[in-house]
Amino acid sequence: MRIDNQIAKILKKDFPIFRSNLGLVYLDNAATSQRPASVINAIKEFLERDNANVGRGVYSLAERTMKKYSSARKVVADFINANENEIIFTRNTTESINLLAYTIFSIIPKNKDEILITEMEHHSNLVPWQQLAKRNNMKLRFVKIKEDYTLDMDDTKKKLNDKTAIFAFAHVSNVLGTVNPIKDIIELSKEKNVMTVIDAAQSIQHIPIDVKDIGCDFLAFSGHKMLGPTGIGVLFGKKELLEKLPPFNFGGGMIGKVTKEDSEWAGIPEKFEAGTQNIAEAIGLAESINYLKKIGLKEVREWESYLLKYALKRLKEIPGIKIYNPGDEKSISLVSFNLPGIHPHDVAGLLDEKKIAIRVGHCCAMPLMEILNSKGGVCRASFSLYNTLEDIDLLVDSLKEIQEMFK
Amino acid sequence: MEQGITKGMYKKHILELYKNPSNFGVLENATSSATGYNSFCGDEITVQLAIKDGIVRDAKFSGSGCVLSLVSASMLTDNIKGMKISDIKKMDEKEIKKLFKTKISSSRSKCVLLPLEAVKKALE
Repeated sequence: MRIDNQIAKILKKDFPIFRSNLGLVYLDNAATSQRPASVINAIKEFLERDNANVGRGVYSLAERTMKKYSSARKVVADFINANENEIIFTRNTTESINLLAYTIFSIIPKNKDEILITEMEHHSNLVPWQQLAKRNNMKLRFVKIKEDYTLDMDDTKKKLNDKTAIFAFAHVSNVLGTVNPIKDIIELSKEKNVMTVIDAAQSIQHIPIDVKDIGCDFLAFSGHKMLGPTGIGVLFGKKELLEKLPPFNFGGGMIGKVTKEDSEWAGIPEKFEAGTQNIAEAIGLAESINYLKKIGLKEVREWESYLLKYALKRLKEIPGIKIYNPGDEKSISLVSFNLPGIHPHDVAGLLDEKKIAIRVGHCCAMPLMEILNSKGGVCRASFSLYNTLEDIDLLVDSLKEIQEMFK
Repeated sequence: MEQGITKGMYKKHILELYKNPSNFGVLENATSSATGYNSFCGDEITVQLAIKDGIVRDAKFSGSGCVLSLVSASMLTDNIKGMKISDIKKMDEKEIKKLFKTKISSSRSKCVLLPLEAVKKALE
């Protein structure tokens, strides 16, 4: 079903937060999305009816939990067209990337000593690689961004070389909204025998992802940015690579056999899931995927694109506004901007008085802020399927009023 | 927006002080100075003090920041003129927030405390 402004208003009713906070204009979806009642209820129902530990109990309650947990993994696998044993549950994107950064060195060929990332990375896809490079005397290199806020593909080609071990890059920039040409990047990486890691935190709710079609080696995302709970994230990895990787955490649930002297590991994905997992959150995540599937990711994408187009058009009415976005065809539904001479924190503080929530500051991308020459950070409005044209009108009208106040 | 403002942090007297700050500029006869940084938002405020006999005789500030941090710097530099160093060292969040005569939200505490941090650093 096509989403329009009327449908978006109806969809908003699926999200109880807007009943508890009347008048809330939530435009910080890139930080965390809201959860529909179906997700909240799925968690509540699980805790009330089925709660036990997984992979351990032999009683019927535990079996029921195990079944739900396993089917949650299947829902996630199907959503990105992966196999079930290629889905590792983590806490979030950050933990997924750290898992890799802490284990991947042992499978890097000896003749390779460069890690490639881009200038538009979130700290979570920058610091783990920076530290891996430091620990092992590797070189961390950055692909440049162009003046139109897209990735410099010529620079990508230049910096991908025979020494490159890993190329880790954002599918979508959390500041610029830029959607990177991931299939082209993967193809170029394969030519140089480079392992690829996609940070899909900002794309997973907005763009359909098929890991087999994309051909990436690893892909990471969080539940809470896709209408799901916090505390649950995913690392997808190709089976043959996951089998080669050593475990990240040691403990219960991840072993095959333990003696006083040594241990053997369980198969994938259990090898990477030590300790009791966030079971309820995994079930909640599956429910958020069911919700998104019911509405249709294609439909979500179309509506959100329309919202961005409308937002860009209206924001441009503001005299002197600086917009950091490559345009609606190359971006997901988020837009960063600055009002001349007004500190982003003041913009957010004043918008808050109208119950409008936006993100301001460096947005966990300090190196990018330097490139944008925006030390004080930016204002970022990010939209989701439940946002309406009225939300954007309120934002833009309020920004105009703020500008008046500072005259 | 007007109704919102009277309820919130951006009251008229605060915005006026932001537009026409007190003690903004360079202090020629400064005896000590320090800069406070807020890595969260890039704010940077330098405080210059002229101290004699354990008393702050004059104070000025410069730098860039949001309304709340700059207004805090204006009011604080006004306030500490004539104060004993030992008394300034005792100043805390509560006293700074009181100067604003309006409620400052917890997420903005860092902003309003930045100038005090710089002053205390200058007194070290």
